[in-house]
Amino acid sequence: MGVTVIATESLSKRFPRVTALDRLSVDIGPGVTGLVGANGAGKSTLIKILLGLSPATEGRAEVLGLDVATKGADIRERVGYMPEHDCLPPDVSATEFVVHMARMSGLPPTAARERTADTLRHVGLYEERYRPIGGYSTGMKQRVKLAQALVHDPQLVFLDEPTNGLDPVGRDEMLGLIRRVHTDFGISVLVTSHLLGELERTCDHVVVIDGGKLLRSSSTTDFTQTTTTLAIEVTDTDDHPDGTRAVRDALHARGVTVEDGSGLPGAGHVLLLTAAGEETYDLVRDVIADLGLGLVRMEQRRHHISEVFKDGDAARKEAVGHGN
Amino acid sequence: MATEQPTATAAGDQTRIHNIGYRSYDGPRLGRAYARRSLYSQSLRGAYGLGRSAKSKVLPMLLFVVMCLPAGIMVAVAVATKANELPLDYTRYAIVLQAVISLYVAAQAPQSVSRDLRFKTVPLYFSRPIETSDYVRAKYAALASALFILTAAPLLVLYVGALLAELDFADQTEGFAQGLVSVALLSLLFAGLGLVVASVTPRRGFGIAAVIAVLTITYGAVSTLQAIADVQDSSGAVVWIGLFSPITLIDGVQSAFLGATSAFPGGTGPSNAEGVVYVLVTLGLIAGAYGLLMRRYKKVGL
Repeated sequence: MGVTVIATESLSKRFPRVTALDRLSVDIGPGVTGLVGANGAGKSTLIKILLGLSPATEGRAEVLGLDVATKGADIRERVGYMPEHDCLPPDVSATEFVVHMARMSGLPPTAARERTADTLRHVGLYEERYRPIGGYSTGMKQRVKLAQALVHDPQLVFLDEPTNGLDPVGRDEMLGLIRRVHTDFGISVLVTSHLLGELERTCDHVVVIDGGKLLRSSSTTDFTQTTTTLAIEVTDTDDHPDGTRAVRDALHARGVTVEDGSGLPGAGHVLLLTAAGEETYDLVRDVIADLGLGLVRMEQRRHHISEVFKDGDAARKEAVGHGN
Repeated sequence: MATEQPTATAAGDQTRIHNIGYRSYDGPRLGRAYARRSLYSQSLRGAYGLGRSAKSKVLPMLLFVVMCLPAGIMVAVAVATKANELPLDYTRYAIVLQAVISLYVAAQAPQSVSRDLRFKTVPLYFSRPIETSDYVRAKYAALASALFILTAAPLLVLYVGALLAELDFADQTEGFAQGLVSVALLSLLFAGLGLVVASVTPRRGFGIAAVIAVLTITYGAVSTLQAIADVQDSSGAVVWIGLFSPITLIDGVQSAFLGATSAFPGGTGPSNAEGVVYVLVTLGLIAGAYGLLMRRYKKVGL
């Protein structure tokens, strides 16, 4: 990735009763990064520290190369923030509100108005932007919240639970919009969620924290593509009444580890094996042909991120459970 | 909208091609001081309902007119009767119309700060290049300025009227200047008290009631006690009791140092030494209000 957008070094935040962050060290590059954790895992605390609004108990952090302890105002000029909770006054229009927020970020009056019109259009608010926000749907309000975070053209935005309260369609639209913030606008994104599943589709990189500790930080391609798993299903014949078992034994004999696809549709008839490369496909084809069996299917299975954590304890599994 | 380029098409008026490409912003970013000024001007305009709904303009504008109307009448009378002085001193004007001022503070202080708390807009402000002190100063300065406009405008009407009536220029200018100092102090004091009370509650209704209570109940209690003390011939007590309500504080300061006649029962305001205490208490309250607001908003944060 080269450039580091956010870097923390044994960052800790302790309150009298709880430790919100516990020696968190993480490097985040440009692109869309998901910050996943259960409620209370320390996501919002981390954002507050990164905005320079709350001092860390120990450790240090940099955003866009600026130290959060001393350069808070400079960071906030270059960064956008969309809070989790409602933050919109109902009696003003989206345009008035976003213009005001643009000026609060330091944009001159004319630029504030132009950028507001542009940004509201980009997030998908058109004629309704002149009406008071009080009459908006949840989805529209989320768009206004996103617009105020983008209006000053930041280099990085923090989006705290942007899909909260949205229906499945609204959720997909918001995730698509977040993706565009990076691909079309060139703005890096740190998006939090307690749902791992929805971030998998949107993010380049996922950081998982639990109880203020780093659980894992890696790119979503690492999560889902480091190992290609093949699922194969075969027919039975008179020679081999249990075709599945025959294939497994034959593959075992050639030194390939095969698992039962328990928990998958067609359990007992599905075999899972790790594909090392092209030769694995050839091997499977040859073995099945030699046995005279019919190949019903052979497909690549993409891991779900949640499976990466499935061997964790029950509480953790719940914490990062697959959303949607 | 510079990016929407209407193009000439056969369909004509309704058809537009929207250039939806994202444009980045390379222009100036004016930073913290500019953001603070923007918040100040937005809050000051808001205090008179400008940039807000028509409904929210009604009360502040009405109170402004009510404040200026008596001044207009006095000037008309002075000009018509060729009087050789104005019927009311510059310094007395705000004291006489204190109910209108209190009502204005009660309505506009919650409007200025309770809304941001109630709709949780405060975190958005602090996610921008400003600090807590910028928010507090902008809000405080805006309400104090709004109050100064409310209280100084009628004095200006009186002054212009007095000059038109060809009253003594030096006399009038001195009185006008003293009046301005007095209402400036009053604006700072009332704005501070109003904002501290309003910043405690996100509910606007409670805020209005609480501000009215603080301003009028203290005045009622203090003037009652002063009247009793006066009847019992203890004029010393009258002066010290006056320290306990905002409007009698201002009255005391201006009768000691700004040549005003006191509205205290018995008509004797504080002496110069006592006046110093009045000034110190007034400045202490203003500083205290600022300190309390800072503390309050340090906590609200994100």
